[in-house]
Parts: sequence; C-alpha cells; structure tokens
Amino acid sequence: MFDKNIRLRIAIAAVVILVALFFMMPTLTDRLPAFWKNHLPSDTINLGLDLQGGMHLILEVQADRAVESSLERLGNNLKEALMEDRVRFREVAVEDKSSLAMEFPDSESADRFRDLLKNRYPTLKITSSRITEGVEQVTLRVDADQVETIRKFALEQSLETIRNRVDQFGVTEPHIIPQEHNRILIQLPGIDDPQRAINLIGKTALLEFKLVDDEHSVDDALRGDVPRGREILYGGRVDRLTGERNQVPYLLHARALMTGESLEDARVSIDNRFGEPYVSIKFDPQGARDFERITSQNVGKRLAIVLDGVVHSAPVIQERIGGGQAQITGTFSTDEARDLAIVLRAGALPAPVTILEQRRVGPSLGQDSIDRGVMSIIVGTLLVLSFIVVYYNYSGIIAVIALLLNFILIFGALAAFRATLTLPGIAGIVLIIGMAVDANVLIFERIREELRLDKSPRAAVKAGYNKALSTIVDANVTTLIAALVLFQFGTGPVRGFAVTLSLGIICSMFTAIFVTRIIFDYFIWYKQVKRVSI
Amino acid sequence: MEFIKPDTRFDFLRFARTAAIISIVVIAVGVVSLLFHGGPKLGIDFAGGTLIQVKFDKETTAGEIRKALNQIDMGGSIIQRFGAAQDNEYLIRTELSEAELENLSGLVEKALAEHYDHDHFEIRRVEMVGAAVGKDLRQKGILSILYAMIGILVYVTWRFELRYALGAIIALIHDIVITVGIFSLLDKEFTLPVIAALLAIIGYSLNDTIVVFDRIRENVRASGRKPLRDIMNASINQILSRTLLTSLTTLLVVGALFFLGGAVIHDFAFALMVGVIVGTYSSIFIATPTVLAWERIWPAAARGKKRIS
Repeated sequence: MFDKNIRLRIAIAAVVILVALFFMMPTLTDRLPAFWKNHLPSDTINLGLDLQGGMHLILEVQADRAVESSLERLGNNLKEALMEDRVRFREVAVEDKSSLAMEFPDSESADRFRDLLKNRYPTLKITSSRITEGVEQVTLRVDADQVETIRKFALEQSLETIRNRVDQFGVTEPHIIPQEHNRILIQLPGIDDPQRAINLIGKTALLEFKLVDDEHSVDDALRGDVPRGREILYGGRVDRLTGERNQVPYLLHARALMTGESLEDARVSIDNRFGEPYVSIKFDPQGARDFERITSQNVGKRLAIVLDGVVHSAPVIQERIGGGQAQITGTFSTDEARDLAIVLRAGALPAPVTILEQRRVGPSLGQDSIDRGVMSIIVGTLLVLSFIVVYYNYSGIIAVIALLLNFILIFGALAAFRATLTLPGIAGIVLIIGMAVDANVLIFERIREELRLDKSPRAAVKAGYNKALSTIVDANVTTLIAALVLFQFGTGPVRGFAVTLSLGIICSMFTAIFVTRIIFDYFIWYKQVKRVSI
Repeated sequence: MEFIKPDTRFDFLRFARTAAIISIVVIAVGVVSLLFHGGPKLGIDFAGGTLIQVKFDKETTAGEIRKALNQIDMGGSIIQRFGAAQDNEYLIRTELSEAELENLSGLVEKALAEHYDHDHFEIRRVEMVGAAVGKDLRQKGILSILYAMIGILVYVTWRFELRYALGAIIALIHDIVITVGIFSLLDKEFTLPVIAALLAIIGYSLNDTIVVFDRIRENVRASGRKPLRDIMNASINQILSRTLLTSLTTLLVVGALFFLGGAVIHDFAFALMVGVIVGTYSSIFIATPTVLAWERIWPAAARGKKRIS
C-alpha cells in the first residue's frame, strides 16, 4: 500500500517542480529555442519600478473643472441666443464657478428666457429666483445627472487621451489604470527624461484659435478696462539677436473660433529659413471648411493660436486659407515640438490634471537594489543552510533540499502569475527563508521527541509529521491572513512584499511538509535505515 | 547538535509578573517618547512632501548642498546623509508637494548642476506625495493593521478558543506598540515599507504564539487534570528548542537584510529585527500568561468544556 503511495507522491512533487521550472526558464535564459517561445510560457518575472527604474504617477482629473467649462460654454451659447432673440437681460457676476446668474428687468423677458431654457437648454436648471422691485434674478446650474455624466466622461476621456500620448511617446509596457476619486495611476518603466514625460502627460493641450482685437487698446485693457467679451492672454517672444525673452500681452476675443477638436493630424517640420522646428497641423474635412470660412471672413485681421491659455503666435490673415493646413510656430526645441505634435494628435484633456504622487527611481539605484537584494538572499540562505545542516546532520540536508526547491517554486509562481518583484518583495523572500525552515524545525524537533520515547525511526517520523502538521498549518494560515491584508492595502513595492510573502508561505508548506516527507519515507521504507540522523 | 537539552523544567510563568512590568515600562517609555515627539514621525508617504536622493561622485557636505540650493525656495527642508559615508549619497526633503512645485526635482537638478557640474552627481530617486494622498495612505495603513488583527482574532477563535485569541491579540498589540515606541525613541520614520514590516511582525509573532498555544492545547487534551499553569510551563519547555532555533534562523536572514540590503530597506529590516525579538518574547511571556490570567478570572465554564472535548 505504501509503495504505490510513495510513487504517486514522487510523481506529484516532480510535476509541480517541473511546472515551476518551466515557468522559471524564460527568466533564467533568453536563449530559448524558437518552439519554446511560440508554444510554452515565455513571460519573465516582472521587475517593479524600484528595481528596474522608472516613474510612478498618480494624477487627479479635476473633473469639476470640466463641469465648469461645460457651464461656461452653455452660458455663452445661452447669452448669444438671448441676444439674438432680443431678450433683455443682464449678467450678474458670481463667486461660485459652478453657477451662473442673470437678471431680467421685466416678467416678459423672464418668461421668454424660461421658454428658451426649456426648449433648448434642458441640462441647465434654475436653482433659485428672486424678484425685487420687478427685476428677477435667477441662478443657473448644470443639472445633477448631467454633472455626473460630464465627470464620468472627463475621467474616461482623460484616460484615453493619456493612453494615446504615452503610446506615441514610446514607453514599453506602461500601466495606466483608473482608480477611485477621479485618480489615474500611471507606471512608466525605464523613463530617462522624467520631466519631459510629466509635461507630456500632464499638459491639457487645449488648442484654440481666437481673433485678436486690434480696435481696442491693449494698454487700456491692461489698466483694467477690458471690453465686454474680450480677454488678455500672454505670449512669449524671444529676440533673435539678443536671445532675450519677453512676455507680450494680447487682447483677444474671448470666444474661440475653432479648437483642437477639429484636428486630424499634427507633425513636426523644420523651418527652412532659421532651421527651427514647428508643428504643422491638418484639419479634418469639417474643420477645413470652418477654417476656410473663418479666414475668408477675417482677412487683414490677426488670428491668435492659443495653447493652454498661452499665445503661441498671432499671424495676420493674408487671404482665405483653403486646404485645411496651418502651422504653429514658436520657440521650440525639437523635443518640445515633437511632444506638442503628440499631444495635439492625441487630443486635449477634457479637464486639467494635477499630480498627487510621483515616485521615480533611476536605473542605477534599481540595479544597486537588485545587487544588494540578491546578496542578502545569498548570504541569508547560506547562513541558514549551514546552520541547519550542522544542527540536524542528514535531516538538515533534507531541509536544505526543501529550501532550494522552495526558491524554484516561488520564482516559478512569480512568473506564472505575472507578479511583480520589488525590493520589499526580495525582502519577503529573505524573510521566507527564515520562516520556511521553521516548518522543518517543528517537524524535526517533534521527531527528536518521539525518538527519545524510544520509538522506531518509522514510528517517530510518522508521529513527528502528524503532530507537527496542525501546528504548521495554523501558524502559516495566520501569517497568510496578515499577508493578504497587506496585499489589499499596499500598492507597488509594498504589494510586492505581500506577494512574495504569500507565495512563499504556500510554497514552503508544500516543500517543507510534502517533499521532505517523501525523502524520509524513501530512506525508511526502501533503504531500511535503522537510525535517523537528526 | 542540541542547544537545549531535553527535559528542561524552567518555570517561565514565574517570570510573568516581572515580564509584565518590564513590558509596561518599555511601552511607557515608548509612549512618553511618542508624546514628547508629538506622535509618530511620519515619512513623506504619510505626511506628504518631497524627497530627492542624490549621489555625488566626490565627497561633499550637507552644508555645501544647502548652499547650492540656496536660490530655490523650498520651505522647510532637511538635507541628510543617506547610507554609508563612502557612498556620498544625500537625501533632500521638504514638506512641499504643491502643484506649482511639480518641477521641484527639476529645479533642484538645475541648481545642483550649477554648483557641482553635471557629471558629478546623479538624481537617483524622487518621491513626491501630495497631502491628500498621504492622508489616504495613513488611514489605509491603520485600517490594514486593524483588519489583520480582526482576521486573526476570528481564525484563532475558530481554531482554539476566544481566550487564546485574546491572548494572541494582546501579544500582537504589545509587539506593535513596542516597535512603534522604539522607532520613536530612535527618531526613525514611518514609511510604507515600515507599515509592511509591522504587518509581517504581526504574522511572525502570531506564528510563534500559535506554536506555543498548539502545544498547550495538545497537552490539555492529553492530561487535562493537571493545573493549567503546569501544563503551560511544560509546553513552553517542550518547544523551547524550536522557539530559539526559529528565532535564530529568522534573525540570521533578517540580519543579512539589515546589514547587506542597502539603505533603502534599512528601516524595514530594522523593524523586522525588533519584531522577531519582541515577538518571540511575547509569545512566551505575554500571550501565555494572558490566557492564564483569563483562566483565573473565568475558570470553570471554559475549562469544563475543554475537558469534555
């Protein structure tokens, strides 16, 4: 009976170890034959950002700003519609950017306004209205359902846009994951210019075309007398001869004639005269028609190209421009121009983002950590192994075999589950070496106790394993509970610790209980040893 | 080879009172230190702020670095040596993490480049955590320790009895409080990895406690008529050899991590080292006496049940 049993157990152990070796192979060598790469597991163990170097970002999408700008757009359209219908109204300034206030001098205007609102702007809701001396003042807000929709859309759109940008920037294996509270987690392995990546990801990239108001004086506006429907924006200018940078104010029509939404493509080109890079943009068919109409209506005026509130250039429209092509010039480096083209192609973020968390590790520190981690694993293992062999003699060697198999299982499992190995993860492996031995210590001490009772080796080993089993399971399950909680709580490196700790506990139970028992039984049943060397 | 001869008969529980006094004193010192420092010292993971690790290829001083960074307004900043002296590594930290300072590391790099020249230093690590994220992590960290304790309480109650579970939990709280106190005394910071280490300590210390309890349970079943105190003493003696061996092997590997693992996980390894020592002590001198004390207050019912089973 026992004979079949031991064969079966050997078979199980062999299969488990072979499977683990299988998954571990691609990590050990990259010179695997072609059929292996095609048909067998070829994932290597992922190294965390703290080991391979890279950047970890958590961004927050300012979804409320998307709601505000939606309100602003709706408000502008509403006001234009009111003016077209010749409804008398006055705008009232409010502190709160999420609401809009208007005054109507008589009830007739107010009624016509209500009709218009009901028919054409169902997403705007009146939150309060007050009539004092015949003048009615109303406050408007975006309807709550619509606010939810806008916020959700802003997050989805941001995620999509950032994915596009990162893809075009050319990062291998980026992770971009939405999280709760409008947050987005971004992991970029092996970034060599972090600041550039941040600029690329975080830029809103709202491209607008606005007419320059040359009828009013910029100086008056700067003194505070900004005409209705106008705004002051600045642009940088570099003197070619002196290299001096200046801020130039522009008085613009606040309403954008076109935005980057109508873009089809954006490319970097090099200017012939000065050899400076610029970005040439191409509109989609509708955008091309709009652009042609706008330029034909405004010949002789200046059209400002505004990116995220900064005027890049404001060329005079010489003639009607067909064909849907335009250029954004400015003082760019080649990288800046390339990144600008990327963000224009990928589209604008629907709302600004802020960086909540940034962690980055340079490649040299990562390599350092790997070296030191591996060193501590080797030294720790050697210390424990030699101690165990000295203390338990031949039985100690069995424990050593179990421990080495344990490594294979842990690394195989890491590769199979596509888990990420981090620096605390390496620490987890080191810790597991200590704890894995514990299971064997428990068993061996128990066997010694049984031998002291003058039991035969066969009976002592059997009793030792049976009695130690429940202790080992209880002790390991409770540690596993702590490790699983840690997995839930942690991100990045800390989660890596939870992963190796959990895997290590499970693997070590297998090797320390199941595998060592096979070896003991083999010697006792087949080799008929009379004395246990323990 | 044997360290501990079989059939030792130390009366461990005689020292329970002394151990309790020692523990209370150590805890009190830790708590006083915490009060004195105004709570645990939080790293930027939990407090928010920015940390920049710079490696220089020549010797320099914190004062020299501060001079180089003079032109940047970094608010309150701390510049300190990191790791071994010959590594020439420094940490620059500030509590600033505001959005307008997203480029803080860029500014620091530029200022250092002006002072030290480009090839003579390397920015190896930047960590910036906003105040809001720090608060989230703080809450999650405390909750995770609580959840771990609740999970363990449930499991141990299921496998043993409530009084054993309470003994185990009291020992765990004891270990955590002492480790936190020692961190405060040594003015070490709490970071995410240190919280991970605390959870690992919970796991380890419990492991040890369970082994002791398991043997007590076994002996109670075998010879339930003896006084519980004697059974406990005998049990601790029977597994003394294992307790010491496991603590020793774990200390060996954690020691390897502490001395060789590098500065980044130094505090993490330190927390583990403290945890292993305190955890071993507490399973013998805190967890077991707690169960015994409980037994003395509510003896009959629980013991009667045990005898029948």
